[in-house]
Amino acid sequence: MSFLEINDLKVHFPIRGGVFNTIKDYVYAVDGVNMSIKEGKTYGLIGESGSGKTTIGKAIVGLENSTGGEILYKGQPVNSKKHRKKMNYNKDVQMIFQDVLSSLDPKKRIIDIIAEPIRNFENFTKDQELEKILTLLNIVGMPPDTLYKYPHEFSGGQRQRIGIARAVALNPKLIVADEPVSALDLSVQAQILNFMKSIQKDFNLSYLFISHDLGVVKHMCDYIYIMYRGKFVETGTKEDIYNNPQHIYTKKLIAAIPEINVQKRDEMRMNRIKFEKGYKELESIFYDKNGGVYDLVKISDTHFVAIKNKEDLKNVENSIA
Amino acid sequence: MESEKLLEIKNLHTAFKLQNEYFDAVDGVDLTLYKNEVLAIVGESGCGKSTIANSIVGLHNKNYTKVSGEIIYNDENLVEYSEKQLNEIRGKEIGFIFQDPLASLNPLQKIGIQIEESLIYHTDFDKEQRHERMLQLLDQVGIINPKRTANQFPHQLSGGMRQRVLIAIALSCKPEIIIADEPTTALDVTIQAQILDLLTELQNEINAGIILITHDLGVVAQTSNRVAVMYAGQIVECADTIELFKNPLHPYTRSLLQSVPQADSQEELHVIQGMVPSLKYLERQGCRFAPRIPWISESEHEKNPVLHEVSKDHFVRCTCWKNFHFKDDGGSKI
Repeated sequence: MSFLEINDLKVHFPIRGGVFNTIKDYVYAVDGVNMSIKEGKTYGLIGESGSGKTTIGKAIVGLENSTGGEILYKGQPVNSKKHRKKMNYNKDVQMIFQDVLSSLDPKKRIIDIIAEPIRNFENFTKDQELEKILTLLNIVGMPPDTLYKYPHEFSGGQRQRIGIARAVALNPKLIVADEPVSALDLSVQAQILNFMKSIQKDFNLSYLFISHDLGVVKHMCDYIYIMYRGKFVETGTKEDIYNNPQHIYTKKLIAAIPEINVQKRDEMRMNRIKFEKGYKELESIFYDKNGGVYDLVKISDTHFVAIKNKEDLKNVENSIA
Repeated sequence: MESEKLLEIKNLHTAFKLQNEYFDAVDGVDLTLYKNEVLAIVGESGCGKSTIANSIVGLHNKNYTKVSGEIIYNDENLVEYSEKQLNEIRGKEIGFIFQDPLASLNPLQKIGIQIEESLIYHTDFDKEQRHERMLQLLDQVGIINPKRTANQFPHQLSGGMRQRVLIAIALSCKPEIIIADEPTTALDVTIQAQILDLLTELQNEINAGIILITHDLGVVAQTSNRVAVMYAGQIVECADTIELFKNPLHPYTRSLLQSVPQADSQEELHVIQGMVPSLKYLERQGCRFAPRIPWISESEHEKNPVLHEVSKDHFVRCTCWKNFHFKDDGGSKI
């Protein structure tokens, strides 16, 4: 059962200009996307910078107002502040940020940072609160003396863990993780990813994992959305996307992952060149005249591709191979 | 390897001043760059890989850094060069590509002028020749409409195009050595692939030696000929790329390779225990990786680890790799 449904979500930013600062045009950051999020699953949202993936994340949490469409939480719309409050939505949906340091108040101690959501939503006494914070720190593997330190005293990986501790403080249902590991080193990244997986089991959490690193997404996610210019070009399970990509954009993206395989180096290079070439030739099939993305077409129960005619896919297979 | 040596670094020490004391960030590095190869330096942040690059071209502030050792280029030691002498080389014989292309381009100057700048200093081309060379360079790095781009400002270009411009600047005087410091970290995967392909392509054309500094093992596997793995200011393993990925020996290299989120596994990723020691509190005696693999007994480590040539052109520091095993898989050895 999905607890969060997103129907035809649109976020447009106005471009102002001219003498009276009137609205001249819009940036179509997110332009009609549908998602449904189930309990205990991890969803990946991939796209290049500027494709609108962070905007979707922010719109879901409520940091960005949507222009159109609806976000349904347990069947109720949560597009406005009033509705979100009624549904206790802000408690159940939390966010982890890419740049942790800027999301932690530099003048607050860790105890106050983690306590902030608790003070907002729970009616705890001082002792209960302290106990709760200590359990949280224990879960994220930080020593108790962390409590009275300030954010600048920690390393990048530790800060990210504090960010996660704050996000799980209220036992949320969904965590929107916006590039949580892209600023971290490989070994620290492994730590955080392992840790996110382990708390997922403990809390029956869902993640919406926003990233441009396809390796990380493949490791973490069950279901993947691929985004291009504010729309989804392909959605499917991990197997659909990685073993049977259909849209040329997805193919290009997957061919571009630098894999740790020295033997296949030349083969992969040829592949990249092939898709790059194919990309230009096939553009007319996958994009409309203005370079826009078509609506999604179902090709299997879980797999959707944005294309005008389903039949074209067969021709594409032949022309690339 | 038969080919000619381009650059030879011998026992390089670069120390930074912290509270009136100097601490070595690069601690005795020996490296050789041969003609026509891509040498990758990998390591986590703070291991000193960029410090080496900046030491080669003398970009450190002399008030806070001490560079000692030898960097031999054309039989001369670059460490002893004056600023003026370095200016002769920088841009002409050694090209540099930085991580953040926007920060290294002047926002107030048109692209064309910025590329011509190094031609003004280092060549005696006249105005028309410079213009021609500039357009040719832009074309060489795969910019579709060189004339138009030459007249644009950096902010009008996308990240990938800016990085291409930077490569064009680095190539402008046909350098013998190109140092690329994390050239693709700020870019998207598809653009990253394009830039890396471009670099490899150009390398075949211009016969330069490239030093590629990165933290991404995938990038290393895809582009380099030889790899040096760094940890805490020292090179811990150095080998041919194919050899290194097929047969990694040093515990650090092996741990790093284990912690890459690999495609098909749903298992836990490998985590390296502990943390990278900070410059100030770094234990300078003994194997620097030892605190992070505490289950390996002390007797396995050398007192003063040096690089050993294990097989031809494959160097590993310390002896702890011989009996190394990951913590959870018991006694199984290599």
